[in-house]
Amino acid sequence: MKYAFFLGCTIPARARNYELSARKVAEALGIELVEIDRFMCCGFPIKAAGMDASTLMAAYNLSRAQEKNLDICCLCSSCTSQLAETAYHLSWDEAERSRVNERLSAVGLEYTKSPRIRHFARIILEEIGKEAIKAHLKRDLSGLKIASHYGCHYLKPSQVHDHFDDVEDPSSLDELVALTGAETVDYSGKKKCCGGPVLPVDEKLAASVSKDKLDALKDAGADALCLVCPFCSVMYDGNQKSIESQFDVEYKLPILYLTQVLGLAMGFDRKELGLNMNVVKTKELLSRYVE
Amino acid sequence: MGTIELDQSDPDFVRELAEQPGGETISACFSCRTCVASCPISSINGAFNPTRIIRMALYGLKKEILQSDFIWLCSSCYACQERCPQGVHITDFMTLLKNMAIKEGHAPSGIRAQLKLVTGEGRIYPIDDFDNKKRAKAGLPELPTSCEEIKKLFCGQDAA
Repeated sequence: MKYAFFLGCTIPARARNYELSARKVAEALGIELVEIDRFMCCGFPIKAAGMDASTLMAAYNLSRAQEKNLDICCLCSSCTSQLAETAYHLSWDEAERSRVNERLSAVGLEYTKSPRIRHFARIILEEIGKEAIKAHLKRDLSGLKIASHYGCHYLKPSQVHDHFDDVEDPSSLDELVALTGAETVDYSGKKKCCGGPVLPVDEKLAASVSKDKLDALKDAGADALCLVCPFCSVMYDGNQKSIESQFDVEYKLPILYLTQVLGLAMGFDRKELGLNMNVVKTKELLSRYVE
Repeated sequence: MGTIELDQSDPDFVRELAEQPGGETISACFSCRTCVASCPISSINGAFNPTRIIRMALYGLKKEILQSDFIWLCSSCYACQERCPQGVHITDFMTLLKNMAIKEGHAPSGIRAQLKLVTGEGRIYPIDDFDNKKRAKAGLPELPTSCEEIKKLFCGQDAA
């Protein structure tokens, strides 16, 4: 099982814990992640500024993977959505496809047929399957209460993700977490956005959106939040302390990437999963399971 | 909320919108407010109201919309678009409005800076030697510190 590994911008620079743990989990599951060093930004961050430029960047990356005849595995939900949305759009819009190809000719590429684009979590669920994943788990995480945050672009717009999970009642992440023996926690506002996209426009508003979810998680008694997007992690992990001081509240809620949760259950140690890089400390919570 | 000032109306705006992806479905809106009820932003800041923005667009209030601060508050979460009973592509519509606002010269500076960075460097966080040092320490492969293709792809022009 071989995929072009699309890291995007945020993960290699700011979320090395996610990258590290994903590589470990992929290796254990027998997934080969191929580096394509000419990949660039997926185009998502410039969508608001210019759809034409953002589509061109996505098409560039899709063509690079197509050149290697590989499907794409993404770790970031926004990259997944941006690439999948562009592929979906270019599959029927011929005029747009020729505009894109005119520009791509400057770098000697031609967009013909898109590779398949899926998020890491979706790939392991669909291609490895729950039973086979479970067979790789060595450490029982029972006793931990883990809530999942699906965020937005992991699932939406649903047609570009082939409706693989129910956007109104998603379960894919909870199903993966449940394999580890941890108790999955439901909470109000589970489907809500992290607020991250409005951070460059209105910091206080973005923080308020995140706060709503942190409050709900506290009420539900979750020990940790599991997520699959580096943007969401910036809001809940990176900015949790600032939200606590802005609103005079305390959460101290550890935020774990799905790959860290699965990696823990697979028996990897803290350093192998980059747990030392998580902003909200995880040591106390996880001391029963890992040194 | 205030009243909608129709003397500012630009009758061509609706046609202009209808010709672009994201704008072609808005006339189907029957103001049920499912979008507002689903919006993580509206529930905190009432200044952002998708139903009202669609209504304003259909009334041709181009200047008022494109010069507004509120269009930038959309978090692009797609909750509204998924639920719209009329199939209005609300999130895509908000993206279209942002694109049009930039072309008219109205955009938060952060958005412009992002466009310049991405179309100039190929990445929103360009990788430098220091990043690669940290990556090597964590046992991660080295990444290129520059991107030649981006210059050829955009030839110095930013598409906005």
